[in-house]
Amino acid sequence: MATDTLHHGASAEPHEHHDAAGTKVFGFWVYLMSDLVIFGSLFATYAVLMKGTAAGPSAAEIFELPFVLVETFLLLFSSFTFGMGVLAMNAERLGQVKAWLAITFVLGAAFVGMEIYEFQHLIHEGYGPDKSAFLSSFFTLVGTHGLHVTFGLIWILVMLVQLSTKGLNDMTRPRILCLSLFWHFLDIVWICVFSFVYLMGVL
Amino acid sequence: MQRRSLWRRRGTLVLLALCLFLAGCSSALLDPKGQVGAEQRTLILTAFGLMLIVVIPVIAMTLLFGWRYRRSNDMAKYMPDWAHSNVIEAVVWIVPCAIIAVLALLTWKTSHTLDPHKPLESDVAPIEIQAVALDWKWLFIYPEQGVASVNEVAFPVDTPVRFRVSSGSVMNAFFIPHLGSQIYAMAGMDNDVHLIADEIGIYPGRSTNYSGAGFSGMTFEAKVTTPAEFDAWVETVRGAPQTLTYPEGYEALAEPSKSNPVEYFSAISPSLYESILRSFHTGGEHEMGGGHQMGSDHAEPTDGESAHAIDHAAESGHETNNHASQDSAMRSHPSSVEAGG
Amino acid sequence: MFGKLTLESIPYHEPIIMVVAAFMAIGGIALFGLITYYRKWGWLWNEWFTSVDHKKLGIMYFIVALVMLLRGFSDAIMMRTQLAMAAGDAAGYLPPHHYDQIFTAHGVIMIFFVAMPMVIGLMNLVVPLQIGARDVAFPFLNNLSFWLFAVSAILVNISLVVGEFAATGWLAYAPLSGIEFSPGVGVDYWIWALQISGIGTTLTGINFFVTIIKMRTKGMTMFRMPIFTWTSLCANVLIIASFPILTATIALLTLDRYLGMHFFTNDFGGNMMMYVNLIWAWGHPEVYILILPAFGVFSEVIATFARKRLFGYATMVWATIAITLLSFIVWLHHFFTMGAGANVNAFFGIMTMIIAIPTGVKVFNWLFTMFRGSLELTSPVLWTLGFIITFTLGGMTGVMLAVPAANFVLHNSLFVIAHFHNVIIGGVVFGMMAGLTFWFPKAFGFTLSEKWGKRSFWCWFIGFYVAFMPLYVLAFFGAVRRMQSYPNTEWQPWMILAWVGAVIIMLGIVCTIIQFWVSIRDRKQNADVTGDPWDGRTLEWSTSSPAPFYNFARLPEVGDIDSFWSQKQRGSEQLEEAPYTDIHMPRNTVAGPVISFFALVIGFALVWHIWWLAGVGAVGVFISFMARVFNDDIDYYVPAAEVERIEREHQLKREQQLGVEAQA
Repeated sequence: MATDTLHHGASAEPHEHHDAAGTKVFGFWVYLMSDLVIFGSLFATYAVLMKGTAAGPSAAEIFELPFVLVETFLLLFSSFTFGMGVLAMNAERLGQVKAWLAITFVLGAAFVGMEIYEFQHLIHEGYGPDKSAFLSSFFTLVGTHGLHVTFGLIWILVMLVQLSTKGLNDMTRPRILCLSLFWHFLDIVWICVFSFVYLMGVL
Repeated sequence: MQRRSLWRRRGTLVLLALCLFLAGCSSALLDPKGQVGAEQRTLILTAFGLMLIVVIPVIAMTLLFGWRYRRSNDMAKYMPDWAHSNVIEAVVWIVPCAIIAVLALLTWKTSHTLDPHKPLESDVAPIEIQAVALDWKWLFIYPEQGVASVNEVAFPVDTPVRFRVSSGSVMNAFFIPHLGSQIYAMAGMDNDVHLIADEIGIYPGRSTNYSGAGFSGMTFEAKVTTPAEFDAWVETVRGAPQTLTYPEGYEALAEPSKSNPVEYFSAISPSLYESILRSFHTGGEHEMGGGHQMGSDHAEPTDGESAHAIDHAAESGHETNNHASQDSAMRSHPSSVEAGG
Repeated sequence: MFGKLTLESIPYHEPIIMVVAAFMAIGGIALFGLITYYRKWGWLWNEWFTSVDHKKLGIMYFIVALVMLLRGFSDAIMMRTQLAMAAGDAAGYLPPHHYDQIFTAHGVIMIFFVAMPMVIGLMNLVVPLQIGARDVAFPFLNNLSFWLFAVSAILVNISLVVGEFAATGWLAYAPLSGIEFSPGVGVDYWIWALQISGIGTTLTGINFFVTIIKMRTKGMTMFRMPIFTWTSLCANVLIIASFPILTATIALLTLDRYLGMHFFTNDFGGNMMMYVNLIWAWGHPEVYILILPAFGVFSEVIATFARKRLFGYATMVWATIAITLLSFIVWLHHFFTMGAGANVNAFFGIMTMIIAIPTGVKVFNWLFTMFRGSLELTSPVLWTLGFIITFTLGGMTGVMLAVPAANFVLHNSLFVIAHFHNVIIGGVVFGMMAGLTFWFPKAFGFTLSEKWGKRSFWCWFIGFYVAFMPLYVLAFFGAVRRMQSYPNTEWQPWMILAWVGAVIIMLGIVCTIIQFWVSIRDRKQNADVTGDPWDGRTLEWSTSSPAPFYNFARLPEVGDIDSFWSQKQRGSEQLEEAPYTDIHMPRNTVAGPVISFFALVIGFALVWHIWWLAGVGAVGVFISFMARVFNDDIDYYVPAAEVERIEREHQLKREQQLGVEAQA
């Protein structure tokens, strides 16, 4: 976290300058792997409990595939826009980076908004997470993903502020890269959620 | 066969040593009173003996090398750069591998022969007793006799007993050390263990799995009797003033109590055990994790069949949920899913 | 306003707790007074609490761990005393409600707040030095990890006087730990203490994994890394892969308790066995997170004091890797009695036994390192020899437990207790004591008293056998774990014997405390001015003791395993004179302690359902984290002249000492 921001003269030892940004991104990769284990645990939990409906509704009865499909496309498209942002960063186009990040934010926020609506709708129908083990595991798995996306949105805001105040430098660049990893990672997790929870639940 | 008798002989030697060590104390596990327990004793001692093949040399070498190659000993060879020897490497890999290979074979075999769900072979017809762990006492239900007791269980000698084990509260484990194998008692799940006693006597039993404040007092007595005495015991229970109805009587009994005295119930509601199991399967579509087949699955349980069902279910994943419907109006979900990561 | 928290939450009526609390208060006030009197608060804050120096963090981990060891051991001796008394009709002096909290606290404290911080503390102290790095990959995260751990330890101690601790056993099996059967705040303390420290541990795992992969000095290929670094690497892989499972599992239990969900409840489709599976899917790798670094310590100690290369380096590494992988596919052996089928049980039993093979090979490699060596019987070596004997026995009982059909009668009995103390005391505790003695001079610049170190060893060694062999015997009588009293008076003599053993172990702890006292008193005589008190083999001994904050004035290069040893053999260990260059270092940061303080606020507030306070804590965490994120001034350069001054000073001290020795 700390070894990369000062621009210093050539007096330092050459191998002092190990690839700090590379270390950061690698570290973030490792973090994502550990996060994947959390999702893995939640998926396993869902697999065990999905039949535990306790006289409540089953997956097929409550999921609305078209709605979720829209969510999915929002998130997929946001991954694309973030990718464009990174390309813009590599081309040193600060304005474009900010614009793509802003678009990503809007798409992500729409996704979270739809998810909140879905949850609220289910709870309103009387299918809250306290009604059965199936619903508990569903809300927790999907909600954990949603929480991650929410953190991603906050992170995007922070990066927009930092890009405005600091521009593209040795500090913001690896952060954008880490954030893009995070965002694509959440996309991949969502694809698993979509196929494993929603598609398999309805089919 | 010959090898096994060799183990047995070695086991006997070790047993002798241990007995001396225990100096006259009564040891439940080394002095088993039933076939299952006896086989488990042999197994423990065999494994112990096999491990000693490597443990004793290691300890001896530790002391020997530590002493011989101490710095103040000028007599010993000192070779600061000697750090590799193919022969030694080969030996230190092969010996543990060989021992573990033997142990693995033994493990595979005994896991099947001593599988708690496996009915015991006997000329005598088995009896079924249903044990339910409550806070903090054991309820024993005799479905064939239509009676129940608390913290005391009786059964005839040399008769295979199938204990079906469940819980009306948190997780416990049902264990009579003199007879062998324990098994977890879990709410809504129908577990079982087959035991047999070959000697008349009173053996202590208890829950081994911590279950809260009254856990220490969650003990019971297992009375192993002659068939005639067993019938007499059943008659005594039938003469008891109280009966156990479901749900009212059961709910009163299930209230937490510590070191509960022995109680007898002269009559019970029909399918009491199944009702207790079902009570956790909220809403009629009973979905319980883990465990085995539903209690109500075998209204007429034949041991061979149910044990088979368990094996079948268990082999398809390390934790199995065998969901089946008790009510034909309900959809059934026969499925096996894996629990945990 | 204060959620479930009322004045009645403080257990006034429990004299034992009140006395302990009084002692803690007196001790705390005395410490506070002393620091204030000597005006050391600024120094503590600037030099220690906010430090990102891995060596200082390592030392702080150890200090907290030793304090918590006293607490965990008090629990142990109270339990042994209770069981020595409560035979037959006697009830002992601890009612179940209190006794159950004590054995839970003992397990939680010893694993999470003693063993883990010792292992992580040692990794902090040693790994960057061994790989020739200036610091870890993410120094701020390292500080944050420490403080998250430290505030969790505080949370556990708060539970002693405000409310209660869990009475569920250290793994809080559901459904006993669910809201229906444990409505009090005890389990909530357990949840938040473990959740907060668990996140810190995960961060540590990532940090050290990246450090070892990315920050090794020139020439240090993977197969030239010291064994302790290798075992640390594997332990960190285990942390990264297993701690998230713990985080998820505890989160699910939290949802059950706080939001009425049904993951592990008896009814509504919940599955308690999933809890047991998940918790052990973390719990078994956890055991190896503790023992692998201890294996590394023994490897370093035995090679150094035998003045001989470690026998079979490559075998050692591959054995470590094998153990790392296998540790993930054995978890079911913790609950064979759940009733899975014979094939499943047999599979997990055999997998468990297979772990004994690489472990056995390691033991032989240590033995053959001694063989044809020149072994100096120092206290680290005594700990190592004691370890080999004790751990081998523990491994044997472990294999016995791994046979499912045998496990059916040994499970949940005192045999299990004896077994895991056999491997954790014999392995982890002995290993950490050896490591502490071995690397103490590198941290502080003087060696520990050998006399008191050896006394401590003998007390621990003998005390262990006296305390735990009776438990093996009792298991054969049918004695089970976690009983608060027992009907059978025949067991009592063995219980009393075990109590005597615990007292002997207590003497061992007292010896260690005296050892610190005596060693600090005599630090001038025992000063290590060479930086290499044991004729060491690896890079950490090539720099001065205590190591300067930048670790190495010039980053070393490596061409071999045990490269410092071979340099010494060639006579080329002295680095040539200046010029030195500027050194890039991270700045200290207040963010770690501040964020962790707010995490503590959140934890405490959630335990007591004080929602507004939890909100305040969350906002605090967010703001302090943002302050860190927006701070550009996080590193600096140490000028070459400053490096030269520090190095000269050290050189001078060293020459003076050598001069004194030459005259004498």
